[in-house]
Amino acid sequence: MTTAPVELERPDTEEHVRPDLPWVTIVWNDPINLMSYVTYVFQTVFGYSKRKAHKLMLDVHHKGRAVVSSGSREEMERDVATLHEYGLWATLQQDK
Amino acid sequence: MTSGFRSAPHGGVSIDLDRDETAVLRSMANLVLELVEPPPPQDEFAEMVGIGSSSEKPTDPVLVRLFPDAYSGDAESAGDFRRYTEDGLRRHKRENANAMLAALPEAAGRVVLGPVEAHAWMKSLNDIRLALGTRLGVEEESYQAHLRGERRADGDDAANTAAMHIYDWLGGLQETLVHALMR
Repeated sequence: MTTAPVELERPDTEEHVRPDLPWVTIVWNDPINLMSYVTYVFQTVFGYSKRKAHKLMLDVHHKGRAVVSSGSREEMERDVATLHEYGLWATLQQDK
Repeated sequence: MTSGFRSAPHGGVSIDLDRDETAVLRSMANLVLELVEPPPPQDEFAEMVGIGSSSEKPTDPVLVRLFPDAYSGDAESAGDFRRYTEDGLRRHKRENANAMLAALPEAAGRVVLGPVEAHAWMKSLNDIRLALGTRLGVEEESYQAHLRGERRADGDDAANTAAMHIYDWLGGLQETLVHALMR
């Protein structure tokens, strides 16, 4: 095992995006899901703070979509399946 | 008329429902059950190992919304994902709707839900609103206009008005449930 060289450490401003892992889960805006519900789902599914979940929800609402998690393809398929259980409109794709 | 969900001890919630409200929730949960009922089995082996029968995207807009493509612009991956997950998702939605039906009183009464049941209700209320809202053609701008009391340009028939009223009520109800769980 090893540790990453210091110069490769990234600022943690966008900690839900990990550029070394090329798949992302995207949640799309839809006119039916409640804003409070979407925030609650992000907190419950991903364990995000209320503040972060609320910001992501607003991104979805205002920008039409937001990246809500990143990781391996299998991890993103699990996230998408979970979000579909909650009725969110989620897709996965390779981060370009 | 109900004042919505309240937080209850140990992470649960409670709500007082009148007879009409109970009847609406029961019929809506049954509607979701009909929508998400299992498709007829086609391949015994696939069924045995848990592979679903369908990789086809549904055509009914309500089903498209309840079972969305996991990959946009990649029909093959979307079909594969659907084949492996859609049956499980249908089962999940049936379990949630059944949890709601099981806890509803005969007529009027108080419903007390533990955290697991409350979660199932929240998901099922959302399925109901997705189904009803999609059927009603709810869009962001037109819905905001509706909330402001403006009439739709394409006319409001009585059935749509009644369904829209239920849709509004369900939204308010779900809002109180989310807040009762978030406290």
